[in-house]
Amino acid sequence: MAEQIYDAIIIGSGAGGGMATHQLANAGLKVALIEAGDFYDPADEAQRTQLRNPWESPRRGASTRLRPFGDYNSCIGGWELDGEPYTQKDDTEFMWWRGRMLGGRTNHWGRISLRFGPLDFKRKDIDGLGDNWPIGYEDIKPYYDKVDKLIGVFGSNEGLYNDPDGYFLPAPKPRLHELYYIDGARKLNVPVIPARKSILTKRINNDRGVCFYCGQCSRACGIHADFSSSTVLIYPALNGGQVDLLTNSMVREITTDNEGQATGIRYIDKRNRQEYELKGRTVVVAASACSTARILLNSKSAQHENGLGNNSDHVGRYLHDSTGASRAAFLPELMDREIYNEDGVGGMHVYTPWWLEGEQLDFTRGYHLEIGGGMGMPSYGFGFAVNQYNQYLDERVGGYGNQLRDDIRRFYGARLSIACRGESVPQYTNRCELDPTVVDEWGIPVLRFDYQWTQHEINQARHMQDTMEELLQASGGIVLGSKPGADQNYGLTKPGEIIHEVGTTRMGTDPRTSVTNEFGQLHDASNVFVADAGAFVSQADKNPTWTILALAWRTSDYIVDQMKQRNI
Amino acid sequence: MAMNRRETLKSLFLAPLAGTVIVSTGCGSTVSNNSSRITWTRLPTEYSYGRTEIEKLNDQRLFAETYFREHELLTIAVLCDIILPNEHPNGGALDAGLPDFVEFMVKDRSQYKLQVRGGISWLDSFTIDSYGANFLNISEQQRLSVCDQIAYPDNDSAELQAGISFFSLMRNLTLTGYYTTEIGFRDLGYVGNTPNVWDGVPDAVLRRHGKSYEADWLSKCIDQSTRDIVAEWDDDMNLTT
Repeated sequence: MAEQIYDAIIIGSGAGGGMATHQLANAGLKVALIEAGDFYDPADEAQRTQLRNPWESPRRGASTRLRPFGDYNSCIGGWELDGEPYTQKDDTEFMWWRGRMLGGRTNHWGRISLRFGPLDFKRKDIDGLGDNWPIGYEDIKPYYDKVDKLIGVFGSNEGLYNDPDGYFLPAPKPRLHELYYIDGARKLNVPVIPARKSILTKRINNDRGVCFYCGQCSRACGIHADFSSSTVLIYPALNGGQVDLLTNSMVREITTDNEGQATGIRYIDKRNRQEYELKGRTVVVAASACSTARILLNSKSAQHENGLGNNSDHVGRYLHDSTGASRAAFLPELMDREIYNEDGVGGMHVYTPWWLEGEQLDFTRGYHLEIGGGMGMPSYGFGFAVNQYNQYLDERVGGYGNQLRDDIRRFYGARLSIACRGESVPQYTNRCELDPTVVDEWGIPVLRFDYQWTQHEINQARHMQDTMEELLQASGGIVLGSKPGADQNYGLTKPGEIIHEVGTTRMGTDPRTSVTNEFGQLHDASNVFVADAGAFVSQADKNPTWTILALAWRTSDYIVDQMKQRNI
Repeated sequence: MAMNRRETLKSLFLAPLAGTVIVSTGCGSTVSNNSSRITWTRLPTEYSYGRTEIEKLNDQRLFAETYFREHELLTIAVLCDIILPNEHPNGGALDAGLPDFVEFMVKDRSQYKLQVRGGISWLDSFTIDSYGANFLNISEQQRLSVCDQIAYPDNDSAELQAGISFFSLMRNLTLTGYYTTEIGFRDLGYVGNTPNVWDGVPDAVLRRHGKSYEADWLSKCIDQSTRDIVAEWDDDMNLTT
């Protein structure tokens, strides 16, 4: 029997790998999709967490090691995986989230789907820091358009230059606490617009359902009314018969021939711990920025002594994550409110895009504001510090007995919170590299992180804190807790904590300072492509998923074209 | 998963058990005047909520583990009952099975183990000093008097801080455990977690809060009568359906 040779081996089933699978399979290529975790379908009763009541779990939705965002969160993975450690250099405190399931981290993300704007591809032209992308907005716009229509995203066309319009579905109406925020923001001349999220407020085809407003996108949707790579891209591709899906398969390395071209992969089947080889004409790496870097660095050969694609010593460098800071307030006007179902879509219905472009500030790069609050479903943690707001009403905090029931109702939903997500400045010295001494349980060398924020991010966090305090107060809120100061980096999150890692295999025109070309094709091996956020040159003050999807589509088109031309 | 209370009650005597060590205080008053039973709804020990095999095994391991001694479990039950008494139309902490929930959470979150065990020991030591008997063996009135001292974080008495921390933890666990049950949902009036069509804040609520939806904003929002019509756009990004 002749050995199967795939047209494309795709490593990783998240946003990038899912899109590459969908597009390459649709183009008629024979595809092997490799996923380190298990198969997952939220419509499968044995895996469903959506619409479960808290008492269906003995811990009522509290977090676990495998589900750090709560035990009804659909994403299996986390900051610490048994048998798969990572290490830190010096006083680095990088946090690395890995998903281990079909669809990867698209199972738990907030569905916030923001196009990068024209300025986001050319930041060096503006502030002289980092680098420009080799492409501009005009190159990626057609792909954003196609992603909007294929996957579906609600939002509104606002004509904002750096927050471009799109093919949007209509937005859900704001909730009550969001109306308070809108009024507060306007007092301060801070813009507020409908959120942009890949949740179907309206039907886009007959295969997927329309949102029924349970507010539980983080539990994955049984009617596929929100975007996960698995439900929206991979299942349709599997139905086409062009895709072999290999789950529980941990890639050790990409194999290469005497010319340095990829021949396939070696991987471990986690169930029997045996090692296997797979042959392919092309390899698409979409394992997430850091895992992709790790696989490339571990793919050493005579032709690629520093790891595949790493002649430039740039694999793993320019790793950067979004910045973050958050604050919450007690909203006295929402005390003793009428209770009705305001679950809405998962997360916010309104947000504030960056609004100070071009202003003189003591940091460069912007951030956006995500709004939270409302009458959510009680889950583990509900009722903690039950009447802490009494301190603002000159009433006593604490106590016991049936008056606590009154406190619960009185303060239910009387809260407004803001989370900021910002752009950091990419640094050559911020990186992940192989730890020379540590391997995981499969014997694969692990990553060591070396990452420090710069003064830009710290000053940005200080600005975030001032902004959040002003906005919460203007909205009628009493800001909770104390404002973090310089000793706490102004509440700046740890690198990796926002789970927007990008930049480890950045694209560029110069093979000495970049890993791939503008199509994600390795400079050093023309049949290996990166289709995840590793290829980003800079992060933007936007969430990365929509750009991962658009770039992965663009890369897929390029692969098909190059195959037709017999260049690969 | 409705609880069948007739079949699932745990009932234990509050009186000192044979072999229970009561510290002699010299005044000889170690015998409880309280020999009534304390009874609570048992919670299931088997759950089905979309777990992986690893997670199922972890839950089974937790349920199989015995951590608390009976004295500790009884003390937890009495505290839960003080925090949310059963004498209420919607039912209280014991009706909601709180001792079982607290026991599970303490095993699940091992940082709680020492806090709860140490807290109970602190409480017994404190009541032995004050009343000559541990917490379970003093009168109800005496128990409430102790709670009055440790239930309020603004009490800055240094010697009470450990007790205040413990009581705050017990209050947190009791309230969170209660409001994440069916009877807690009823008590709160929670009406979500069900398929529906969100079409904005009810008009009466908007009026009460002096808020309204602007026409311009509404023009960007979904007309729910069109939600099932497949979206189409013109080339200028305008939705046409």
